[in-house]
Amino acid sequence: MRSTSPGDAPRTHGREPAVEVTGLVKRYGPKTAVNGLDLTVARGGITAVLGPNGAGKTTTVETCEGYRRADAGTVRVLGLDPVADAAALRPRIGVMLQSGGVYAGARAEEMLRHTASLHAHPVDVDLLIERLGLDSCGRTSYRRLSGGQQQRLALAMAVVGRPELVFLDEPTAGLDPQARHATWDLVRELRADGVSVVLTTHFMDEAEQLADDVAIIDGGRVIAQGSPETLCKGGAENTLRFTGRPGLDLASLLKALPPHCAAVELTSGAYRVTGTIDPQLLATVTSWCAQNGVMPDRIAVERHTLEDVFLELTGKELRA
Amino acid sequence: MSATTGVFTPKPGAAPLPRMIRAQALLETKMLLRNGEQLLLTVVIPTLLLVLFSAVDIVDTGKGKSVDFLAPGILALAVMSTAFTGQAIATGFERRYGVLKRLGASPLPRWALMTAKTCSVLVTEVLQIVLLTVVAFALGWSPHGNPVWVVLLLVLGTAAFSGLGLLMAGTLKAEATLAAANLVFLLLLVGGGVIVPLEKFPGAVQSVLQLLPISALSDGLRDVLQHGAGLPLADLGILAVWTVLGLGAAAKFFRWE
Repeated sequence: MRSTSPGDAPRTHGREPAVEVTGLVKRYGPKTAVNGLDLTVARGGITAVLGPNGAGKTTTVETCEGYRRADAGTVRVLGLDPVADAAALRPRIGVMLQSGGVYAGARAEEMLRHTASLHAHPVDVDLLIERLGLDSCGRTSYRRLSGGQQQRLALAMAVVGRPELVFLDEPTAGLDPQARHATWDLVRELRADGVSVVLTTHFMDEAEQLADDVAIIDGGRVIAQGSPETLCKGGAENTLRFTGRPGLDLASLLKALPPHCAAVELTSGAYRVTGTIDPQLLATVTSWCAQNGVMPDRIAVERHTLEDVFLELTGKELRA
Repeated sequence: MSATTGVFTPKPGAAPLPRMIRAQALLETKMLLRNGEQLLLTVVIPTLLLVLFSAVDIVDTGKGKSVDFLAPGILALAVMSTAFTGQAIATGFERRYGVLKRLGASPLPRWALMTAKTCSVLVTEVLQIVLLTVVAFALGWSPHGNPVWVVLLLVLGTAAFSGLGLLMAGTLKAEATLAAANLVFLLLLVGGGVIVPLEKFPGAVQSVLQLLPISALSDGLRDVLQHGAGLPLADLGILAVWTVLGLGAAAKFFRWE
């Protein structure tokens, strides 16, 4: 651990939440992007903000970063007002935009060194370059880097100033699996070092893998928040799937099953049973199959995933 | 779970302001000098025009050596190419690519960013002026007048063109800025007394053209450098009005995203 010398800028330690948003409303013309959103982010953890396109994720994050002025409600980041106290807040937060943010003609290392030079105690640039695999970028200008390289440079720029809190807007969009894991490792290391992380994502597995806390946003509000485990347990039932001959008589199966169970043929020959899936229920299903001369191929018990919860809460239809 | 390595242990803080401004100005200058189109505009075109029109009698530049008429105009053109055209295009694309937005979340204050941009414009202009002066001397240029008035004109011209360039970059789309800034450059090159004397235009047109910032700058520089005139008050006045209008409108209408 490094010690903090007494001459450093005063820091507020862990008292107030990293982010505290109350009743946030943000409109763009006639369109309401955020509609009375409440969100509290504790210090020192990783919080994933999930939501369909247009749910208000980026608007919420950009309001916290000081880019947008709230039409109503209050926003406090590290106890500060992101607009009124911008000068005090900016050195303490790290920002990764969804895209861009770098001079088209700048090289990755050059831009990262420049960002470091705007901070008093930056992370060792060489180390970051190596960790994020940016050493292969060489003298290539930003506009000629691959999408993944551009993403990793933006991530490096967000963390190089040793901030207390970082906002990452879709940090792994467009990354290959290796780069994605490198990013995840870095985000976990940030948490281990005591940095608070807020990230938006479309990827359920990313939220499940990384987040201590998940906030699901839809229609400009937080509709569910909790740890991935809590969200998956809450109200959710497990699922048993199998395939067999099409057109089985599910009514007779339902008679054999305990109450509150449901069975449907999803597509031709693909069956799903929902309910409390325990060994007894599994035995009931397989013996019913035996009685009906059905070989239950690909029989599988599925835990409720975050994706199921997400789709349940936000609906399955595609949005414009 | 990762073990703590302490690499990222929070230790936030802004760098000292002079260091931030110096770093930003250096980067902006590097970006400008690395950009081929910008160099064409700021270095190649003014130098070529100076050499070509001095050597070949294409335009009647009045009595005396043509380089004595052309050099002040080309210096005005150099200022316009960097402070207006170059700055407008670069800033327009920085806005488009989210560079200004991202810097807005960094510890660098906006006024410090603008200060750095101004420093970068001034550094580029010094390089241009040194080059063009050397070329003009090689072509037999014999300047007169008080260098203080020359510097005053160049600085006020830079301020006026910067205001107009930033106004354009901060309100139009990047592509529109690119097109418009080049078009304005071309029009002012022809109609602003840079290489064509304003006396060639009809009287009514002339009195309008005289009010353009490029005309005021080239006319003022010519009065001092070619004719050894004293403080060019009228031209400085025109540039001051453009400065107030341009920077005022830019401050009011500039959009960072």
